[in-house]
Amino acid sequence: MFYNEEFETLPRPALEALQFKRLKATIERVYCNVPFYKQSFDKAGISPDNVKCLDDLQGLPFTTKQDMRDSYPYGLFATSLEEIVRIHASSGTTGKPTVVGYTHKDIEIWTELMARSLVAAGAHKGDIIHNAYGYGLFTGGLGAHYGAERLGASVIPISGGNTKRQIMIMQDFGSTVLTCTPSYSLFMAEEAKAEGIDFKNLKLRVGIFGAEPWSEAMRGEIEEKLNLAAIDIYGLSEIMGPGVAIECIEAKKGLHIWEDHFLPEIINPETGQRVANGELGELVITTITKQGIPLIRYRTRDITSITYEQCICGRTHARIARMSGRSDDMLIIRGVNVFPSQIESILVGIEGVEPHYLLIVDRKENLDTLEVQVEVDERLFSDEIKVLQQLSRRIEKEIKEMLGVTCTAKLVEPKTIQRSEGKAKRVIDKRNL
Amino acid sequence: MKVEQISIFIENKSGRLAEITRVLGETGINIRALSLADTSDFGILRLIVNDVEKAKIILKEKGFTVSKTEVIAVEVPDRPGGLSAILQVLDADRINVEYMYAFVERCGENAVIIFRFDETDKAITTLQNNNFNVLEGERLYSM
Repeated sequence: MFYNEEFETLPRPALEALQFKRLKATIERVYCNVPFYKQSFDKAGISPDNVKCLDDLQGLPFTTKQDMRDSYPYGLFATSLEEIVRIHASSGTTGKPTVVGYTHKDIEIWTELMARSLVAAGAHKGDIIHNAYGYGLFTGGLGAHYGAERLGASVIPISGGNTKRQIMIMQDFGSTVLTCTPSYSLFMAEEAKAEGIDFKNLKLRVGIFGAEPWSEAMRGEIEEKLNLAAIDIYGLSEIMGPGVAIECIEAKKGLHIWEDHFLPEIINPETGQRVANGELGELVITTITKQGIPLIRYRTRDITSITYEQCICGRTHARIARMSGRSDDMLIIRGVNVFPSQIESILVGIEGVEPHYLLIVDRKENLDTLEVQVEVDERLFSDEIKVLQQLSRRIEKEIKEMLGVTCTAKLVEPKTIQRSEGKAKRVIDKRNL
Repeated sequence: MKVEQISIFIENKSGRLAEITRVLGETGINIRALSLADTSDFGILRLIVNDVEKAKIILKEKGFTVSKTEVIAVEVPDRPGGLSAILQVLDADRINVEYMYAFVERCGENAVIIFRFDETDKAITTLQNNNFNVLEGERLYSM
């Protein structure tokens, strides 16, 4: 099943011709409209005229998350703000988010790509889509929502949280498709079990899970516990949001990246050179139809591999493998991007807290947990229990407010957190993905 | 009229209490009274010792977080109603007890209660006005 059969099955030569045309137009537009790109192209000694074939993309400079932060909030916009109809943002290390703006056409394309993704995952008109991705600045909720509406499905915009109610609604409303993070789906399964509800009696058929790393083992567990087909979806707000790539239900083997809108490359994160097809490396994406924020060779930091082999589903678009990690230290906790440096800056902002801390990430009852260990020195110490407990609560509250992540703060004795000569070990990730 | 107490932060893991008492014992410091307040994650050990400064220095050297707090020691007749009489006069003056702990004097006649108040000076005045015996720190250290 396809949503847009013509484009999803476009023969490679025609697809590549379309890609080149769109790439060329994008490059010309950013060169003229975005001072950042004019500077970076000029510095690299490249003019838009130098790009004569798709392979010439390799010669263009990368765009990084840092570039986006440096351009906060609107520096990378290629259109005037008047053309922008939506603004989303994701968290950043300095406390300043990464901002993305969408024109009307960008939203149109995102909506179509999300609709394509839903169909690839096995959803169709008539489905009742239980959308438990968060609505708000985070792109997950609204992205999935628009695609589902476009498809003609009934969307339940339930967003995250209040698990008991989620289960009641899935049961009573007869939800057939679930969209949320994979860890949350397993948490729902546990809650349902505790309530004596068997997912086998629900109408769920398909689950579309993304926004955090997960494994094939987890897929098996989800499919068994929720009695549905679990599909991996990929997206990032910088590029668009959910629906950049998705597995097809026919193969469930690699995520089709919508190549008529995004050019994928896999590079060695150290050298910046492309790696061979099938080899692991960092995913780099160039947007070729975006108007609000077109990005040239954006380094996603996600580690994957790519294959151009024909898929049994009939789509001609390349497939990227399930994300197997991050090339930087970013943690994804319950779908939220967290950098240790963000937590550090919050801790240092609390008087008396030393920058000696340790983050312990774990997964308990299928939900990511974050423990922040902080050393108690003399400036923090009080001989009254309540004062120390207030300190813990304050750390937890500030992290929740700034980063949107729930954590538990644990006070530990001084000098008990391991010191390191070089790069400090700030994170212990116990999740076995 | 105030007594110096040292407080030590202890993580809730095995052997910490043993380590503190070992360090103090080896340094020849005698513990006069103690209390341990605990939560699921950490505890606070409060000690009255015969040599406050020495204890503080040696524990700091061993890497513990130590602080000094002023508390009040009050002598209470070791009989039913002894403590109640004290708490009633404090309550009448609206003085809050942050925490307290007790021990019995060696001669066995009286109990000694260690108090931490929100208003230390006011508490001393109230207690003395009601003829309770507020002990000098020196007397406690050398008991």
